[in-house]
Order: sequence, then structure tokens, then C-alpha cells
Amino acid sequence: MANYTTVHEKSPVFYPEYERKSEARGQTHYCPGCGHGIAHKLLAQAIDDLGIQDRTILVSPVGCSVFAYYYFDTGNIQAAHGRAPAVASAVKRARPGSIVISYQGDGDLAAIGSAEILHAANRGENITVLFVNNAIYGMTGGQMAPTTLLGHKSTTTPFGRNAVNDGYPLRVAETLSVLDGPVYIERVALGNAKQILQAGRAVRRALENQVKGLGFSLVEILSPCPTIWKLDAHQAQQHVREGLSSVFKPGVYCDRTKEAVPRPEPKPGPALTGIPRILGIELNEGASAAPVAAASVDLRIRIAGFGGQGVLMLGQVLAEAGMDAGLDVSWLPSYGPEMRSGTSNCHVRISSRPVDSPLVTRPAVLLALNEPSLRKFISSVEPGGLVMYNGREVPGDCRRPDVDLLARPFTEIADELGEPRAGNIVMLGALLRRIEGIPDASVDRALARVVKTQRWLEIDRKAIARGREVCHVS
Amino acid sequence: MKPGAGRGLVEINVEECKGCGLCTDACIPKVLRLSASLNRYGYHPVEYEGRGCSGCGLCFVVCPEPGALRVLKLAA
Repeated sequence: MANYTTVHEKSPVFYPEYERKSEARGQTHYCPGCGHGIAHKLLAQAIDDLGIQDRTILVSPVGCSVFAYYYFDTGNIQAAHGRAPAVASAVKRARPGSIVISYQGDGDLAAIGSAEILHAANRGENITVLFVNNAIYGMTGGQMAPTTLLGHKSTTTPFGRNAVNDGYPLRVAETLSVLDGPVYIERVALGNAKQILQAGRAVRRALENQVKGLGFSLVEILSPCPTIWKLDAHQAQQHVREGLSSVFKPGVYCDRTKEAVPRPEPKPGPALTGIPRILGIELNEGASAAPVAAASVDLRIRIAGFGGQGVLMLGQVLAEAGMDAGLDVSWLPSYGPEMRSGTSNCHVRISSRPVDSPLVTRPAVLLALNEPSLRKFISSVEPGGLVMYNGREVPGDCRRPDVDLLARPFTEIADELGEPRAGNIVMLGALLRRIEGIPDASVDRALARVVKTQRWLEIDRKAIARGREVCHVS
Repeated sequence: MKPGAGRGLVEINVEECKGCGLCTDACIPKVLRLSASLNRYGYHPVEYEGRGCSGCGLCFVVCPEPGALRVLKLAA
């Protein structure tokens, strides 16, 4: 045997044994004649040829190839169904030196993951995608995929795929190639040895592009699925050559590798300590260990009104002030799609203990900025609670003897200050007279954080002061 | 396998072969065939007739199993 040398053998990119199995641990879980094994071998070969095994991260999909990580001795991540290109994008950006490959089937890439692949391609992410298209859902037992050929009988198209009902086979390579982002898109097939050799060249190019930093490359691989197609391996290969290839024509659909310039490596992200400054949050250095609240505080506040009254903003200022005072807070907004005049309310909790739930279903304080909100929430206020209402008086049928009711025309008072939209802050000023635990200085700093313009900050400071007065006069 | 029986040689891992037969289609000198016997998984694994292999490697190219086949060639 000494004069024979090995020319083809199992790639070192595969594990010698696959730990998933209890016996025959050198064998994949794929069916006899399945294209995945061949695609795996092409990928392993390309990784080995380029010498990138120790910096490759393979993102496996949901589908028959979900277990790719049992076979490839590379870095591995298994993504949620269809999300492999998004995961691969993030991995590549976080680790620009890694070679990141998204390996996906047609159910994964072209159906549930159609958005992810479209946008990863459009961003021109510097990743490599292997798209194994066998025109059917294999793992789940043969449902129609977006790529299923017209007339093909699947479990969900028992009379054959019909364009009127089920649409047309989705041509992924063609579709993505109209985008400006991708650098290289080729469709290949696994229909015979010649086609497989061509597929190997395409896979290698797609990886090489990433090594050079050129950008997004995708290889669509038409692949046999003998089990679900109910053909033997030989017939399935023939169907790849004659059936699939006639609808999904092999060829290069996009090639900008010549003019593409290597993408600059992304700059490293900011240090964690620099993030507060970027977000415009000024940490009070001396007080970085948050001040310990003096007394026991547990404010459960519901604020409600119509959109545009500053309902959410009022809650935000309260929560920010509580946080500034070293308390635990939560702020949970709830509103419709309208920016103005829809209903709007928020839940605020400010507590000297950790907040268990951000929901305030039994408020101790209700701030009702209009009558419908008062009607809606008055019955939820706990006995002994406080209700503030934006109106001259509480309607008779809304009165409750067991709660503290304060009615003031806060919007009109704000109007006298020159800005009716500050009614919410007048109400805040009034509220601060009635609750304990939030220092004035914290409220002022919270306002400065939430309010973005100097003009409004001045208006709001006046509004708070006025609110305190109107509450006091009562 | 006796050296000299061909320019090439195929080694078959009988327990990893699933008997799909793609290599028998691809083999140009037609020296591969499915065995009459079964392996432990109940597949008829491929076997080499013992002579005539050219070492072209097409059987390896079409084989879906990473480690079922190994192809050797007579050193020049």
C-alpha cells in the first residue's frame, strides 16, 4: 500500500465522530441520497482549502440541517427559524475577524425567514449564505414550500401546487440579485458529479469573498430530497437536473466581486463606561451610589387622559424623579396607535423595595386628565387613595366617599401661564404637595432630563410651582 | 486490496454507507456495486469489485456521507 496515496477522504473540518449518536457515530442523520451531506462536504472542503476552520462560525437553521453543529468542528450557533442571516449579521459585526456562514434550507430562508435574508442581502452584510433548496419542507414531512414547483403534490397541495391558489415557485437567487447590496449570487445544483464540482467552486468563491471582506455572497444549491419526493437517490438526482433546474436555472445572477472594494472593518463599539454620556444621561458622580430613600415609599400611580395631554410624559418625569431619589421605579405606557386624541394611560410604580410588577391595577393615586379617564379608572382606586381630576368638579356619579378627591381645572391654569399643554405638569406640582418621598431636587433634575428644550423647561418649572399653589389654596 | 489492481483504490466504510447508490452511477469504469449483504442499519453498502479503479474520485464527489469513502491513487 505504500505506493498509494490518499486523494479524497473525510475532511478534517468534520468531527471524527458525531457525539449526538450512540452508535455508528461516523454517520450523519441524513437520509440516503440527501443533498445536505454533499453540501456539507463542499462547505467543509472550502473551509479547509481556505485555511479558515479555526475562525469559522457556522449558523445552522431550523430544518433537516438543524444539527449541522454536530458535524462541523467550527464555531457553531443554531438560530431560531429563519433568523440565521440576522444572527450571522450580528456575529459578523461583533467579531469582524470571524468567517460567518448562514446555512439554510428553503422553508427556513424563503418562507419564515424571507425578511431576514432580504435585509441581510440588502445591507450587503459581509457573510456567506448557503441556501439549500429542495423545493419542499423535508423535516416536517413534505409540506409545500415557497419554492415547490407548480403541479407538485405535497401534503398541503394534495392536488398539486396551483399558481392561482398557492402562488409561484419563489426564485430566490433572481429576487436577491436585483438588490444593490450583494456581491455574489450563484445558483448551482447537485444533480451529478459535474454539477457538484461546479457547486464546490461556487461555495469556495462565496467564502473567499468574505475572507477578502467584499460583502454578501449567497449560493443557492438545488438539492435532492429522495425521501419526501418519494424517489430513489438516482431518480432524485435526475429530478434536480431536469425538474428543479428547468424552473430554477443554475448560473451566476450577481457578480460584483471585481469592482467591490473590501468593506472597512467596523469600528469597535464604545466602552461600557462611555454609554451614559452617549445617551445624554449625566450620572451624578458623587451620588453614583444612589441615595438611600429615607422613608418607606410605595407609590402606585395610574395616569390617564387622551393622547397629547402629556400623560406618558408626566409618568416619565415621576419615574425619573423616583429613580433620581434612589428608589426602584417602573413606567409602563399603554396607548393606541394615534399620536393625538386617542386614549392614553400609564402605570407608574415608585418604591423603596424592588418593583415586583409594573402593572398598577389597584392604584393608590389616579391622575385623570379628562372625564372619560376618570369614569374608566375611578372604581379601580383603592380605598383611602388619592384622585386628581382635571376639571372644576368631579361629576356627581363619579364621587367616592372612601377616596381623597381633588378637582382643579389644570389645563385652564396652565393656559393662564401661557401654555395650556403644560396642564399635566401643573397637576404634577399639585401631586407633589400630596405625596411623600420624592425630593423637589429630584423632580427638577428629572424634568431637565425629560424636557429637551430650555423654553419648555422654564414653562414646566413655572407650572410645577403653580400646581403647588393651587393645591395649597384648597 | 492488492496494490497493482488499478491506478486507484476505493476504501469503503461499510457501516457509514447508506447504500444510496449515487457512487455506482458516477463511477466511470463501473467498478462499484451495491453489496448483496446488509450492514447493521439494513442498507446494502457499496463494494468495490477489486480492480479497475482509476482513482478519479467522482464516487467521493457525489457521496453524501462525509466519511463513507476514501479514494487513493497510485503514486506517480
